[in-house]
Amino acid sequence: MSAQVARESAAGAFGRFKNVRQVFAQPGQPGMVAIDSISFDLQPGTLISLLGPSGCGKTTFLRIVAGLIRATGGVVEINGRAVTEPYADFGIVFQQPNLMPWRTVLDNVLFPMEILGRRDAAAVARARELLVSVGLAGFERSHPAQLSGGMQQRVALCRALIHAPRLLLMDEPFGALDELTRMEMQDLLLRIRTTTGATALFVTHSISEAVYVSDMVAVFSKRPAVLADYIEVPLAYPRSADVRYSPAFTDLQYRASRALGITR
Amino acid sequence: MMDRVRIALYPLVGVAVIVLAWQLYTDAFGVSRIVLPSPLDIWRASVRNAGLLARETWPTFLETVLGFALAVVIGIPAAVCVASSRVLNLTLYPILIATQSVPKVAIAPIVLVWFGLGMQSKLVIAFLVAFFPIVVDTAAGMRATPAGLMELARSLRASRLQIFLKVQFPAALPFIFAGAKVAVTLAVIGAVIGEFVGSTSGLGNLLLSANSQLDSPLAWAALVWLSALGIVLFAAVSLIERAVMPWADRH
Repeated sequence: MSAQVARESAAGAFGRFKNVRQVFAQPGQPGMVAIDSISFDLQPGTLISLLGPSGCGKTTFLRIVAGLIRATGGVVEINGRAVTEPYADFGIVFQQPNLMPWRTVLDNVLFPMEILGRRDAAAVARARELLVSVGLAGFERSHPAQLSGGMQQRVALCRALIHAPRLLLMDEPFGALDELTRMEMQDLLLRIRTTTGATALFVTHSISEAVYVSDMVAVFSKRPAVLADYIEVPLAYPRSADVRYSPAFTDLQYRASRALGITR
Repeated sequence: MMDRVRIALYPLVGVAVIVLAWQLYTDAFGVSRIVLPSPLDIWRASVRNAGLLARETWPTFLETVLGFALAVVIGIPAAVCVASSRVLNLTLYPILIATQSVPKVAIAPIVLVWFGLGMQSKLVIAFLVAFFPIVVDTAAGMRATPAGLMELARSLRASRLQIFLKVQFPAALPFIFAGAKVAVTLAVIGAVIGEFVGSTSGLGNLLLSANSQLDSPLAWAALVWLSALGIVLFAAVSLIERAVMPWADRH
């Protein structure tokens, strides 16, 4: 339907995705093509949203980049390295907080450092700082069951950032939250990006969320997902809620929704 | 706090009503105390023989606790092995199920032949009875680790040992304790079965000998002490559960 848009660029890209294809085997049937020939580059320090309808394969793409599954075909390179398995210098925020109910908030945040064998005083100090930065000061010794969904997802965000990952991968991290909490979390994400300068991929099915938090929006089509559009978001930083009501914001949303086939 | 008191009150009132009805029934119809001693008869027998009952509780308690402990010490690692290896799972699990279907009462005489009339044979039967729920629940817990947590660990390239110690085992704890609570009450039954088949001491032994002398109040008193033993052990496991998993209680 829509033309395949592929951004090829420049040497020095942090992430390079070329003709990424994923086919899931189905017993007794031809394989199901989840995503097909997805190509774009990820520049260091930028956040790219993967926007698309539910079940379109954007999560699959994120899992490929995370090294949790291997692409059937194509090139997936981060920092010049082909991704074939998980790298510990990635931070992942899942759709669900995935906190361990038996650990305190602080110990949940420190989990990656324990696995990496780097749980020391500096790590604990950093975990405390991160918790303060997401507004969870005073909850270090609480258990996840005592926190609301939004608070739990903030803990998960701290956990993804604790080892200062080179790449932050977020799979609809705010999808399970209510609208108001969601908007708070989007502002939080923008703040964190200014302080950490993290490079990130962000999966969402919300058009406004994609436009609000990103530098680029990669619009995925319905399955098999191809790149329906690749939209640059030139909105200035720091962004605040006001920008949501600007004409530029509306135009970007309109372009994305056209790419999704919602408007013509 | 008030709620807890009220929750504890309900079963107590229930028990009181049953005991009262029982007392009234035996009084009103003049039921022979050999057939059905009244609660008062049992109480008096219990007080009169308190020393004897306490003395006989000790071996039964030891048999139960040691058999249960053995089941925990062997059962949990066995379940972990079964759950983490496909080969072991396919090999051992059917055998385990098959052995479980053998009635423990039927094995008891054989166990006695092997281990003698002393404590060992009771301990072994208590172990055999307690082993199964611990293995089954631990194995179920090991398989029930939330997929998201496994994925998180995998994304950090955690080793198998790290995944087991930091993710799978703590996640399985609620299952393990559920199995342990069933197992500890079963272990009491196992110990008593052993004592029934052949023994020189224990509450089961006392119950049998009182029964053969038609001293029904004492037999019933032994029965009450046995139930109390089961309840106390169950409560002890519950207390350990709370101490080990304080997070599970906070909502």
